[in-house]
Amino acid sequence: MFKTIKTSQLQLLAMIAAMTIIIVFFSIATEGAFITPRNISNLIRQTAIVGVLAIGMVFVIISAEIDLSVGSMMGLLGGVAAILDVWLHLPIALTILVTVCSGLVLGLFNGWWVAYQRVPSFIVTLAGMLAFRGILVGLTDGATVAPTSSDLSIIGQSYIPSGWGVSVIGVLCLGLIARVYSRRKSRQNHGIENTTAKFEYAKAFVVVAVLLILLISLENYRGIPTPILIMGGLILLATYIAKRTAFGRRIYAIGGNIEAARMSGVNVEWNKMWVFGFNGMMVAIAALILTSRLGAGTPSAGNMAELDAIAACVIGGTSLAGGLVRFLVPLWEP
Amino acid sequence: MTQPLLEMRDIVKSFSGVRALNGVSIKLARGEALSICGENGSGKSTLMKVLSGVWPYGSYEGDIFFEGQAVKAAGIRDTEALGIVIIHQELALVKELSVLENIFLGNELGSFAKLNDEDMYRRTRDLLKRVKLEVSPNTLVRDLGVGQQQLVEIAKALNKNVKLLILDEPTSSLTRNEIQILLNIVHDLKDQGIACIYISHKLDEVLDLSTWVAVIRDGDHIDTRSAAELTQNDIISMMVGRELEALFPREVHDIGETVLRVKNAHAMQAGASIPQVNDVSFELKKGEILGISGLIGSGRTELMQCIYGCYDGRYSATIEMQGQSLTIRSQRDALAAGIAMVPEDRKRHGIIPIMGVGRNISLSVLDDYVTYLGAIDENRETQDTVDYIARLKVKTASPELPIKNLSGGNQQKAIIAKCLLTNPKILILDEPTRGIDVGAKYEIYKLMHALVKEGMSIIMVSSELPEVIGISDRVLVMHEGRLKGEFDHQGLTQEMIMNCAIKEGV
Repeated sequence: MFKTIKTSQLQLLAMIAAMTIIIVFFSIATEGAFITPRNISNLIRQTAIVGVLAIGMVFVIISAEIDLSVGSMMGLLGGVAAILDVWLHLPIALTILVTVCSGLVLGLFNGWWVAYQRVPSFIVTLAGMLAFRGILVGLTDGATVAPTSSDLSIIGQSYIPSGWGVSVIGVLCLGLIARVYSRRKSRQNHGIENTTAKFEYAKAFVVVAVLLILLISLENYRGIPTPILIMGGLILLATYIAKRTAFGRRIYAIGGNIEAARMSGVNVEWNKMWVFGFNGMMVAIAALILTSRLGAGTPSAGNMAELDAIAACVIGGTSLAGGLVRFLVPLWEP
Repeated sequence: MTQPLLEMRDIVKSFSGVRALNGVSIKLARGEALSICGENGSGKSTLMKVLSGVWPYGSYEGDIFFEGQAVKAAGIRDTEALGIVIIHQELALVKELSVLENIFLGNELGSFAKLNDEDMYRRTRDLLKRVKLEVSPNTLVRDLGVGQQQLVEIAKALNKNVKLLILDEPTSSLTRNEIQILLNIVHDLKDQGIACIYISHKLDEVLDLSTWVAVIRDGDHIDTRSAAELTQNDIISMMVGRELEALFPREVHDIGETVLRVKNAHAMQAGASIPQVNDVSFELKKGEILGISGLIGSGRTELMQCIYGCYDGRYSATIEMQGQSLTIRSQRDALAAGIAMVPEDRKRHGIIPIMGVGRNISLSVLDDYVTYLGAIDENRETQDTVDYIARLKVKTASPELPIKNLSGGNQQKAIIAKCLLTNPKILILDEPTRGIDVGAKYEIYKLMHALVKEGMSIIMVSSELPEVIGISDRVLVMHEGRLKGEFDHQGLTQEMIMNCAIKEGV
């Protein structure tokens, strides 16, 4: 008799199957060019921007809201970064700071309307989608702002020297296994039943193995691309916020049942506004990577990127009804 | 018994290793009614899901025979084709469609291009006559009351040529009058040769209706006996497996000075012309259980919402706690002042369904566990939640299990645990035992007594008069937004409260 497979497991299996089919098909179609280290490196580099956007979007979706303005906001912030860099010749650190702060302000602005003024997020961010694009065109007079300084190009175009990449991945793998160990230990101390050790460690080792394979193929080309390292760092940060902090826990609670969260004394408005604020900062970082990669700020940058970000979240297992993330990162199970 | 219509033999059903049903057998003939009684979480619903095909053949052990034939259903459609129809507590009608459209939904008469409205109209009229519902077939379902919708569901079942009708908690949201109508209909159906399985916590209805009463406890089939030879107390002791010393344990409380003084509470819904709470003042003493009674809509819940700072509309009240005046504008203010509330509507205001039991419990006090970098000290958090789960006897396989998988009584205990973790001086319980079983009720009463002994004060809002009289030290009765009476529990009868709650201007 078959054991019944859970929906979440089925989703994961379907995703792995789809990826396998894509890899096999394109490897054959391109006579092996698809799996060359150079192509893999390029593919991964391209996912960084959508990946960073998705990190912010996940929090918005967990809290049962939506943000349609991230594409335009990324374009606008990318334009701001380019203007600061190309026209005003600000030092790179100041450019980054101003861009990220602008992202925070725009995000909080969206969040204030949603949380305190009770305007549905679909409406607020639809307005933002149109308005931010308009501001961008106005600021740049519809022209491309180029060329960016070599400092700014580092963010999107450089690679990590090989030795550093190995150390980063090594620390990550050890950290992952240590986390599994400490969690099992803590459960044991409180008399909570653990799943079998083999299964949990096997899961961790699968993640480690995938990371190592990626590392090897990246090292075979030029090393780990900087945007990927940034994305990795932000994924760790987001995981920490989602799983370990009171803020993260409250976002899940708000998405799961907003009324019950309010009755439990959770400051629903404040937390919601900051979800959008955090999302704004993630958009700013994605915008910096984008401008740096293109070497320019363009009026059409980030067009439709909101849909990519939302799709990435949903394919990654975020429930659009809020409150649930299944396997964006194996550690994110609620 | 002649040839039984339905026979379920040694049904065993497990969920990830836990046996929800452990060899349950039931038998039922045409024209008979079988009531299934058991505490919440005892396996009644699981048994009905097995019978109705929600759990398909092969996912459970044991055999089901219907009209002498083995049933191997792959889903609800198969059992419905046999004539087994289940009507759930939450009704499955499309509110925006008419009675007629609902009854024929999925089985419309006529061809693809042209529906046969005349035939459907005639059939619907006849069906409505059979369930004694005097409305036009074209009435929209949302314009009907809950009781009438229940009857539409039965009419829909009759249209499918039902032979076995399963009613799952049909009367829990009906008024006295509607319940009587429903019971009469079921009696009529029995006379017409339809068998009925009835699931309810209301034992008077069970005894009125049934031929047989089967009791299930923790997945075990305790006994099936003829209803004629049973009393309510017999069923209760079979359900809980022990004699209850009394339904309501009475304990003497050591009542101290006043802790809470509420003056001139007013509450008005936006756009309404009559206030829901109209100039109410009362006092609560230390170590006291204060019962608040009154009809639904008399302003009881709204008064509590004013105190807890969550009333949805304009409200005002002067609240003094231990001599100091408080400003409570939100739930956070109330919790900070030491007032916690267990809300009336558990599903809507109480639980975060997909979160774990432990995390639901710690939600109100997360800030207490925050250490460096905003991180939650999970060790300390787990310690506290595990402690409270044990103390309140919340039955859960693990603190990490999503709370929606728990029975109503255990969810309620978890919500009380959430309130207790905030270390309140005053605990407000709004309908604390609604929809939960006898055993869990008893445990909650015992807990309330233990809490006031530790010096907490409790306000309990309840519609169940025996509960109000049995548990409270003092009872306030509300009527149309005003406080109408105050009684000491000694010598208090249900009639006295009812008279006060219903009659005008006494």
